[in-house]
Amino acid sequence: MNVLTPVTVIARSLGEQLELLFAVIVRLYHVPARARLVADHIYQSALQTVHVVLVVGLFIGMIVALQTGIELARIGQQDQIGTIVALSMAREMGPFITATILAATAGSSMAAEIGTMSVSDELSALEVLSVDRVKLLVLPRVVALAIAAPLLTILCDTIGIVGGGFVAQSQLNVSYQLYLDSAVEALADPGKILPLPKDVYGGLLKAFVFGIIVSIIGCAAGLRATGGALGVGNATRSAVRDAIIAIIITNYFITWVLYQA
Amino acid sequence: MNAPLESVISLRDVKKSFGAQTVLDGLTFDVPRGKCMGIMGPSGTGKSVILRHVIGLMRADSGVVAVEGRDVAKLKRQELMDLRRRMGFLFQEGALINWLSVGENVALPLRENTNMPDAEIRQRVQEKLELVKIPDAWEKMPAQISGGMKKRVGLARALITDPEIVLYDEPNAGLDPEIAQSINDLLRELHEGLRVTALLVEHRVRCIRTVADEVIFLEKGQVLLQLPPREFFASDHPRLVQFLGSDPD
Repeated sequence: MNVLTPVTVIARSLGEQLELLFAVIVRLYHVPARARLVADHIYQSALQTVHVVLVVGLFIGMIVALQTGIELARIGQQDQIGTIVALSMAREMGPFITATILAATAGSSMAAEIGTMSVSDELSALEVLSVDRVKLLVLPRVVALAIAAPLLTILCDTIGIVGGGFVAQSQLNVSYQLYLDSAVEALADPGKILPLPKDVYGGLLKAFVFGIIVSIIGCAAGLRATGGALGVGNATRSAVRDAIIAIIITNYFITWVLYQA
Repeated sequence: MNAPLESVISLRDVKKSFGAQTVLDGLTFDVPRGKCMGIMGPSGTGKSVILRHVIGLMRADSGVVAVEGRDVAKLKRQELMDLRRRMGFLFQEGALINWLSVGENVALPLRENTNMPDAEIRQRVQEKLELVKIPDAWEKMPAQISGGMKKRVGLARALITDPEIVLYDEPNAGLDPEIAQSINDLLRELHEGLRVTALLVEHRVRCIRTVADEVIFLEKGQVLLQLPPREFFASDHPRLVQFLGSDPD
């Protein structure tokens, strides 16, 4: 196999995704007319994953509190646990965990739905009917996930901080009030770019970008699916894999811009 | 003497290969205005591929596919979309959008491409559903209806913009003989009533006999025979006799 083949495949795939993102951006003015479809997709992608986000967020917060709390307790600094859990959840864990859940649920579902349409001639039918498939299929999904991801991240952050509080009180002997006060104080630090709590809007910005990444990659994978059920399976797998990789890489650069630059 | 009929669809020396497999090998034929041209031939001879070239879903490796004198491959995106709005396409399996109801499937081109008021769209969709003899199907979902009904919905959707050209891709595929014949009668009725120019790909004799005005037999990517149905089915061409001898009709 030519060593350049994987590079070519990645470059082509990235090109398709960027082209699709551009196509969505130039059609954004159609969103008001697609409000119903956007609402349907928010329901499918967000409301149907709320319980997963809540359970995972709760336990992530508890794990962070336990892991760091044990170490902090050794040096008598366990009252700082609220700060650490709040910053971890708002900056990294909340957006990343939510985006990963969305990639595995909404992103794979988008790839499978559009992929099935592709292999069963439905996309050809749209083409023949001169129906703009980006406007009909991709735009509502991308807007829905761009809205849903930050909302779910707020939930994930909140439940994670609450979960950390349970551990702080029950295992580390830190009162819930002290824990909560230090968490709120840590999150109140305003940023330079906006006069809002930096770690909160930074995390929500990440969630917004991750929502777009998951939906664009899911839709692009579906649109290029060929070859029946096998093709749909490949599209779904690549949608989840590529979205998680893209989320991690993008996460680094957003963090760098927000906290280093 | 009758004047020659104006050609609406015209293929000239069209060649198309998929990898090493040559599907169309210098194909040439014309479809005159208002006529229904049937295309028969063994599986894999590129019958559906012809339709996809005519509607601009595929491009020929060489040769010209022209609709109303314009090379489809050279049309700009907007020109192609404008042309497609004057054409209807009935897909083999109907290709209905599975998350839209029957009525919304038929209404889709009007909702997406026009500013027509909802009441007018509803009226036009209802007219087409009645035309294809499924007046009460609006609320049904594609997963709830039979193969024959899907074909009718696909046909209603293909006709919703009152096209001048209609392409039918195996309208009898997957249907039992009784339902297939009802579809064939419907196509004939529509063809006689609307006088559209049509290209019909099918390998079921009964469909071609009922609907087509002229029949092409494809072999190795070229036209082997082109005759009116009566003469076509009476032909003693050995290849045609061999092919028709195995037909379930």
